[in-house]
Amino acid sequence: MMPDQPKYKTSDEVDFVIVGSGAAGGILAKELSTNGFRVVVLEQGPYLTEADFTHNEVKVFNQDLLTNHPKLQPTSVRKTPDEKASPKRALVYGRMVGGTSVHFTANFWRFHEIDFIERSKIGPIAGTTFADWPITYADLEPYYTKVDWEIGVSGLAGSSPFDPPRSKPYPMPPLPTKCSGVIFEQAARKLGWHPFPAPMAILSQARPGRSACINCGFCLGFGCEVGAKSSSLATAIRAAEKTGRCEIRPNSYVHRIELDANGRATGAVYFDEQRNVHLQKAKAVIVSANGAETPRLLLLSANKQFPDGLANSSGLVGKNLMFNSAAISLAVFDHPLNDYKGFAVSRVFHDFYELDPQKVGFYGGGGLDARFDATPVSFAMGGLPPGTPRWGKGFKDALAHNFTRTMEIFCHGTSLPVETNSFSLDPDLKDAWGLPALRLTYKDHPDDLKLAHWLNDRALELLEAAGAQKKWSQPIEEQQFGVHLLGTCRMGNDPKTSVINSDHRTHDVKNLFLCDGSSLVTSGRGQPTMTIEALAFRAADRITAMAKRGDLA
Amino acid sequence: MTSDLTRRNFLLQGCSSITAIWVSTHWPALLSAARHARESAQSSAAPKLDFFTPEQAVEIDALTARIIPTDQTPGAREASAVYFIDRALMTFAVDDQKTYREGLPELQARVHETFPSLDKFSAATPEQQDQILHSFDDQEQTGRRRPFRQGNAKSFFETLRIHTIIAFLLDPDAGGDPQGLGWKLIGRERAHTFQPPFGYYDKDYPGWQSLPGQTDKTRS
Repeated sequence: MMPDQPKYKTSDEVDFVIVGSGAAGGILAKELSTNGFRVVVLEQGPYLTEADFTHNEVKVFNQDLLTNHPKLQPTSVRKTPDEKASPKRALVYGRMVGGTSVHFTANFWRFHEIDFIERSKIGPIAGTTFADWPITYADLEPYYTKVDWEIGVSGLAGSSPFDPPRSKPYPMPPLPTKCSGVIFEQAARKLGWHPFPAPMAILSQARPGRSACINCGFCLGFGCEVGAKSSSLATAIRAAEKTGRCEIRPNSYVHRIELDANGRATGAVYFDEQRNVHLQKAKAVIVSANGAETPRLLLLSANKQFPDGLANSSGLVGKNLMFNSAAISLAVFDHPLNDYKGFAVSRVFHDFYELDPQKVGFYGGGGLDARFDATPVSFAMGGLPPGTPRWGKGFKDALAHNFTRTMEIFCHGTSLPVETNSFSLDPDLKDAWGLPALRLTYKDHPDDLKLAHWLNDRALELLEAAGAQKKWSQPIEEQQFGVHLLGTCRMGNDPKTSVINSDHRTHDVKNLFLCDGSSLVTSGRGQPTMTIEALAFRAADRITAMAKRGDLA
Repeated sequence: MTSDLTRRNFLLQGCSSITAIWVSTHWPALLSAARHARESAQSSAAPKLDFFTPEQAVEIDALTARIIPTDQTPGAREASAVYFIDRALMTFAVDDQKTYREGLPELQARVHETFPSLDKFSAATPEQQDQILHSFDDQEQTGRRRPFRQGNAKSFFETLRIHTIIAFLLDPDAGGDPQGLGWKLIGRERAHTFQPPFGYYDKDYPGWQSLPGQTDKTRS
């Protein structure tokens, strides 16, 4: 049930309309309403709460209870711009109040210093638009700390020798160590690596109105029924509502940003649940709809003044998409781990965060984590070793033996920005509202695939050192599906090579701001949500200062 | 009149006399499915079929019993998978109705082709049944993770295989088999909260200790 909120009229010009209520939108809503502004958040998905969450895998995965729905919102996929895209599911994102932060794994690494300045260190890479950020880790550090303390991150400062500097320790200790974490830690240390307790956006200690994690085991993909996962829903949205100045308007599907004759944004046009169209007027518009829907909204908002899409003078809206490279190895051990108990990840290491291209022969770096994130039905579908029968006694015996004895090592790595990797509007395919559907164009840079293989070899080394009874890897293939949606409206100082400036303001429209995964210039080594949230806290400070000095009018 | 007899009548209803004779000879297996279906409904009323005819239900029950067979431990049959699938085809799997409508006659044709003396899958021996199913699906696990969300099965056998797995392993407290037979088999405890130690490898774990010389970069 939705808590009490102000109800603004659509004709009432509020200070800010924010499109999207996820990791970034939720924090912007909280910060701006706390700073005295009147805010309307338009969220395309429903307002679900803890009482609506379930452990039913069919509802959550097959029926997309919490996520974008392929029937309502079909997508198409291709590898290169000269191909015709075919209808296929291209992405999963959270489609509800709280967005993807509701159902994510909650792995919460900060980016490191190198992520912001790596282009300067490495030099140009052929076939990419590899660039430095216009801000540094030091600019973002206070906001990372704000995320730690205000949103709630558990972890142990100083436990990784590769961690960037921090101004404050974590507000609470790490979550318990799972068996996968113990196995990972012991084997990694045997190999001379430096495992450490995973920083997680999951409470190890209760906070007002939120329980500490109860280790129920339905975490990745699911909404947390006790508020332990630090989603925007459980944190920032609730705080925004308490200000009495923020209205969260669910089931509101924004499909156009309206401009006046002077090229100034006047509000957001949306379908309500009955598909009536409204314009919510606002002094400024902030789009935090995720790295796919944010560029789509700008492209859908094309008009005479901006025929190629709003804020798209650079031509880069939707481009430079990065998914993060990934590889997964699994193993079965002699004794039960019972790793289904608890959250997903309890140990990580960052020894290979920054590989030397001269030594390995490709650009990249990453982190490895120990996890088990498969719920029973999903496990039976994809968690058994290759060669296991798919039905019959052999299948049943493998399920009975392996479910409690399996763990995974997930390798998370860089993706290079390639201009043709993009989300654009499909010329033919339409969504259930008759609007052009998202079209994915994606072909991994060869270095991303080399990195995935290299990291995966380390995962297999680790599982060997750990004495696994059996180990195997997922095939490493070109990605045609994404959940990390990064870089599609990148930040930069030069309007020719970026869409927003370092204050998240679009270069082309003075009172239009973008803040979400689309803002990222590089991909980090996975785990983008922590950085998206730090950016949102920082953007809120910058936007507040601009509004207070009258710079938005 | 016992409720068992009521259910028996229910299953026989609508069957041809030949089928009725066949059903009566296979009664123990059906009784098992029916009993569990009753328990799952927590009612003494006969289990209700919404999509399958009783005759089809007998076939589906036999198929699920080869996908997750009964041996020393219960399988899909004891978990009343046939009733779960029947309900699924009226709810979340309504789009798969056609797959079942077309798939069942194809299966029965294959049964007859392979064993000319038989017309029904459920009339074959377990060994014969497995032979028939291998002719539909001789694949092994690819080890690929999480196809559950992305992969929509097209073939009848694959659809049925996925539905049987769901029937067997869906959270018993969130819409799955209320007896939790599948969870029991895989060792998934039914509790909603857990405390460490969780398993064998963390029970003597001393806790995280920093390596010598490791520095804390926190400045506070």
